Amino acid sequence: MWFFSDEEKELQNVCRDFAARELAPFAEKHDHDETFNINAFKKMAELGVLGITADPQYGGAGLGATAATIVMEEFGKACAGSTLSYLAHSILCVNNIQNNASDEQKAKYLPKLISGEHIGCMGMSEPEYGSDAVGIQTKAKKEGDHYIINGTKMWITNAQYADVAYVYTRTGEERKNLSTFIVEKGTPGFHAGKPIHKMGMRSSPTGELVFDKARVPASQLVGKEGDSVYHMMKNLDIERITISGISLGIAQACVEQCTKYAMERKQFGKNIGSFQLIQKMLAEMATETEMMRTFLYSIAKQYDNGFRGPSVAAMVKLQLPKMATKIALDAIQLHGGYGYSREFPLERMMRDNKLNEIGAGTNEVMIMIIAKNLLKEMRD
Amino acid sequence: MNELQLELKMQLEKFCLAKIEPFMEHDDEREEFRMDIFTDLGQLGFCGMTIPETYGGAGLTYQDCAVALEEIAKYSVPYSVTVSVSTMVQSIINDFGTEAQKTTYLPKLTSGEEIGAFCLSESGAGSDASSLKTTAKKAEGGYVLNGTKLWITSGGIAKTYIVMARTGGEGSKGVSAFIVRDGTPGLSFGKKEKKMGWRTSPTREVIFENCFVPEENRLLMEGEGFKVAMAALDKGRITIGAVAVGLSQRALDESVKYSLTRQQFNQAIFEFQGLQFMMADMACEIEASRLLVQEAARLYDLGKPNSKIASFAKLKSTDTAMKVTTDAVQILGGVGYTREYPVERFMRDAKVLQIVEGTNQVQRVVIARQLKKEYTTH
Repeated sequence: MWFFSDEEKELQNVCRDFAARELAPFAEKHDHDETFNINAFKKMAELGVLGITADPQYGGAGLGATAATIVMEEFGKACAGSTLSYLAHSILCVNNIQNNASDEQKAKYLPKLISGEHIGCMGMSEPEYGSDAVGIQTKAKKEGDHYIINGTKMWITNAQYADVAYVYTRTGEERKNLSTFIVEKGTPGFHAGKPIHKMGMRSSPTGELVFDKARVPASQLVGKEGDSVYHMMKNLDIERITISGISLGIAQACVEQCTKYAMERKQFGKNIGSFQLIQKMLAEMATETEMMRTFLYSIAKQYDNGFRGPSVAAMVKLQLPKMATKIALDAIQLHGGYGYSREFPLERMMRDNKLNEIGAGTNEVMIMIIAKNLLKEMRD
Repeated sequence: MNELQLELKMQLEKFCLAKIEPFMEHDDEREEFRMDIFTDLGQLGFCGMTIPETYGGAGLTYQDCAVALEEIAKYSVPYSVTVSVSTMVQSIINDFGTEAQKTTYLPKLTSGEEIGAFCLSESGAGSDASSLKTTAKKAEGGYVLNGTKLWITSGGIAKTYIVMARTGGEGSKGVSAFIVRDGTPGLSFGKKEKKMGWRTSPTREVIFENCFVPEENRLLMEGEGFKVAMAALDKGRITIGAVAVGLSQRALDESVKYSLTRQQFNQAIFEFQGLQFMMADMACEIEASRLLVQEAARLYDLGKPNSKIASFAKLKSTDTAMKVTTDAVQILGGVGYTREYPVERFMRDAKVLQIVEGTNQVQRVVIARQLKKEYTTH
């Protein structure tokens, strides 16, 4: 984008190289085997992106949402599953600790998370509370200098691999009475439950977090008891912007692959790119990808400049994943039989992208948020 | 639906629930095909539905066949497709074969003891099927086939293959059709394709290396192969349409059932208008697709096959299947994306329906060609 800083442009280049070298060659295998590319994850630390938004004093890169989105796009082009795990670590865990935790907590957890020694995850959803996130029922009850946590978190990216979990719990009966804890692996009564097998994002481990009378020291509470709803909502904004970067990467990869294929593939004695039906698909997917790019990075830049609001993040999150699913479906269609086979990455990209219409708030929840804010603005 | 069709539907529902449904998630994951399911379907009379009873078929219409394929597809698209392709092979032999060819090949196919496969596509000849390169050179008492066929449904598990090969010059007029049996020297199978969906149904390359096929295995005259292929695709559009309708119906069933039980914000999510509109659209488009498929089948049964209506049916029903299955995953949310629920498999199975039996781009070309004809001859 024309408004990227030199630093952001440089980041784009190094991430593109890294993705071509460390992610793309292994993406098909990890998708097929449902395994996590931990090797690439460790190397992301050397690249300096595991704490992309964290303070340099803890080893972070001190950059913003625009930079994080650039990483998502470049990684997402090569392997969306690995990128989702990267997002859960760097945005859902590291960035949340950076923004909401105390200095002691930051000093204790951030350096190891940023150096790649530790892997992080975040626990919000539960089996019965997905879209209705504020309704969660995992309860934390104070007992002396500890909290006792009971409940199960569902669809948690990196659950089985995580050393550190950033977990939302209920500490009171009132709907908004939520509190957050940093929970370490090995905490008595806390363990990762069964892995969840998925349609796509198969190289990104997903599981449950199970709390069975887990004893967590009171010092692990983030902020004040009962004040988590506000930062939960704020955290969701950057999550929605950055996850949309993965969809942009997928769309971009589809455009590149389709253009190449349309020039190479011959039917009826000519390149299929010479048929107007194919040209229409190509032109539309390229146009849509450009719209996605300008929309997403404008909102990310705006976010970095302090203009924030739940509606714009929701608008990005509603549009980008939806458009990328359409583009990936068209990309398969343009490749015909080859597109449907696992020899080409397109079917994987489509399966992977579908998650982005569900995770970090479904399309339907985005619609609710946007409409609610519109009506509220009109009323005020 | 008439009484016979209701009866077929009920019989299949019972069979599929007991014999297919319990294995589908496992078999999709492991990419396994169960021959016993297919032979059981054959014993019930579903493997040669449209073939005359003289050859062991059920003597049903394409309208009946569409009802049956729709029902099987609700539980398994791969088995429905295996039946559909095997039936297509049989109707080729029945429509174009000699009496000897019919009595030799049909009984084992109609009974479900064996499977039939149709070999047209090649790596360089997909939508442009008439550019196929596999050759059949005239030899003493028959032909020698050389070439590789790609994306062959039931490749390797089928025993009888209908193969399109070039006996003459370039273009569609140089193509002839042959019946080739598994085990013929020079016939072999390439790797099993790894696919996004239809994973229970094996897809393989079928390779011919100096494969001798006797003269009596040729269908019709030399150069009439493309006529055979096109007639087969006419029926294929109807049967694939029926498969798409069955799949879509199941996706809707799962969506409505789930949204009535899933509670968020203290009410069943079905109560949200956003979801109601999605499901209303789904139901409407599925019924429109079903009616188009039935109309294409009715015209075919009447002996007045209509290419434009058949393309409408294939195009509309498969685009609907893609949209409806995608929406079903969306309605089920996180669990829809997991393999604990079948909807993500439905979505993966739907995509290739837009590609096989003539991609939906080719269907549009066919429709446009018909439109041009209609508007220029009157």
